[in-house]
Amino acid sequence: MNHRSWAGLALAAPALAIVAVFFIGPMAMSAVLAFRGKDGGFTLDHFAKAFEFYSNDLLFSAAIVVLSTITIGVVAIAIAGYLTLGEHPRTLAILRWLYRWPLFIPFIVTAQVMRTFLAKNGLLNHVLIGGGLIDPLQAQSLLDWRGIVIAFVWKQAPFVTLLVAGAMASIDRQHIEAARNLGANRLRVLFGIVLPQARRTLMVGLVLSFVTMLSVLSVPMMINPNSPTMLTVDIAYRINSHGDYAVANALCLMSLALASLGAWFYLREAARKAERS
Amino acid sequence: MSALSARPGIRWGDTVARVVVIALLAFAIFGPLANLVLWGFAERWYFPNKLPQEFGLTYWARVFAPRGSALASLWTSVGIACLTVMMSLAVAVPAGYALARLRLPARTLILLIFLLPQAVPNLPVYVNIARVFYELNLNGTVLGVVLVHAAHGLVLAVWIASAAFAAVDVSLEEAARNMGASAWRCWTTVTLPLALPGLIASAIFVFLESLDEFTGTYFVGVPDVTTMPLLMFNASMGGNYQIASITALLLLVPSIAFMLLVERFLKADVLAMIGR
Repeated sequence: MNHRSWAGLALAAPALAIVAVFFIGPMAMSAVLAFRGKDGGFTLDHFAKAFEFYSNDLLFSAAIVVLSTITIGVVAIAIAGYLTLGEHPRTLAILRWLYRWPLFIPFIVTAQVMRTFLAKNGLLNHVLIGGGLIDPLQAQSLLDWRGIVIAFVWKQAPFVTLLVAGAMASIDRQHIEAARNLGANRLRVLFGIVLPQARRTLMVGLVLSFVTMLSVLSVPMMINPNSPTMLTVDIAYRINSHGDYAVANALCLMSLALASLGAWFYLREAARKAERS
Repeated sequence: MSALSARPGIRWGDTVARVVVIALLAFAIFGPLANLVLWGFAERWYFPNKLPQEFGLTYWARVFAPRGSALASLWTSVGIACLTVMMSLAVAVPAGYALARLRLPARTLILLIFLLPQAVPNLPVYVNIARVFYELNLNGTVLGVVLVHAAHGLVLAVWIASAAFAAVDVSLEEAARNMGASAWRCWTTVTLPLALPGLIASAIFVFLESLDEFTGTYFVGVPDVTTMPLLMFNASMGGNYQIASITALLLLVPSIAFMLLVERFLKADVLAMIGR
């Protein structure tokens, strides 16, 4: 190792140390505590208890996050696709200005916003009733699994759209022009030419969103705190009400497993792509 | 296409569809925000009234009362965010420079370590940090919260700083060195000024992340450190929608301002370098 690489390592060391102590350490501790019994030996009791109490919530979390991820993907493809292939300049300008508003709005604010908007007496129901679309008696609160999905999509779709639109913008316009000249309609160009080239970016954005949504506490806590709810709420409950770090950590590892499942799908896709090329 | 556009009927259909879709999207984005604004200025609003029965600023006065808890939590939040930015950038700028410019052993591993906090769920980390901090008497202290925020924020800062340094043209540095500038002079007069917009962007990112952070503060900050997001959460769960909405509106201001300005700071050439 020469002088320059030591200098580099020394410059990066403080940052690495902070991540190691305040991130990787606690993560490892989570894995240890989840398997350690009262006597200090190895045990699966905490997982048994976690499954017994919270298997419904595990399924609920998985379903919510998968549904949200798919919806985010659809919204992102639609908006980014129109931004790339749209031909009406004013619509393009409005859309580009419009879609990114929730981009940096924090989850906790999103939760509060949706808590008022989707409630039975929220603006959504009033507008639907005012527009004659539903009867006042049909008005219902959306503050259940639907509220969580809506909050997640509202907050994360602009982020994925931004990434995907960026990737689509860097595609060689000649490919698109050529296909259009050969008579392909815009939908065909989107799915045949544009999307395959932006696929990697889309996957990265979706995996990042998937993982982020799995560890958001505020949205499920504020929109749907009652059972069945998401694992994050259960983890907070185990700690705040019971001081039960063992089961909490078992639940943490379960949500980590879900997250790695998402990452695994992504890696498999990436590997397949690497094989083909 | 030109044959189609020449037919007025189809063009009308097109325009109507476009307007309807944009209007629906605008409602989906601004409808929820409008509801928040309504709650912020509502004195009384009971079911089934469509709009608040009475508008007013009583709750704003309460939030901004000189000794109110809201103003105190605003300053707590801003203070914690500033300290987090200082701590994150102090370690992220050298690390970013090393990643962009110096030969590093195990560079891929180092990149992976800096990717980790963004790519795995953070809850296990917060839960266990809170447990350790409790024993170290760091729970409920500003330092504890800053450490948690910085561990997460510095990762973003490293990535953006590294991209900012990578976007600086090496030949400019070489020219300065060839004309006799010392390494330090070259760094302060060439490298740093050119990378500055990217570094400012990373500082803003870290500031916002810290300002908006809820989960870590929820576990580590209790019971003594009440930041704006915690205040908002407590007000909302306690049924005080006015205070919750006003706090949410205050948190919205920097987020939306940054969304509108982000492209000034993060130029395309820096964005293209992120993750390289």
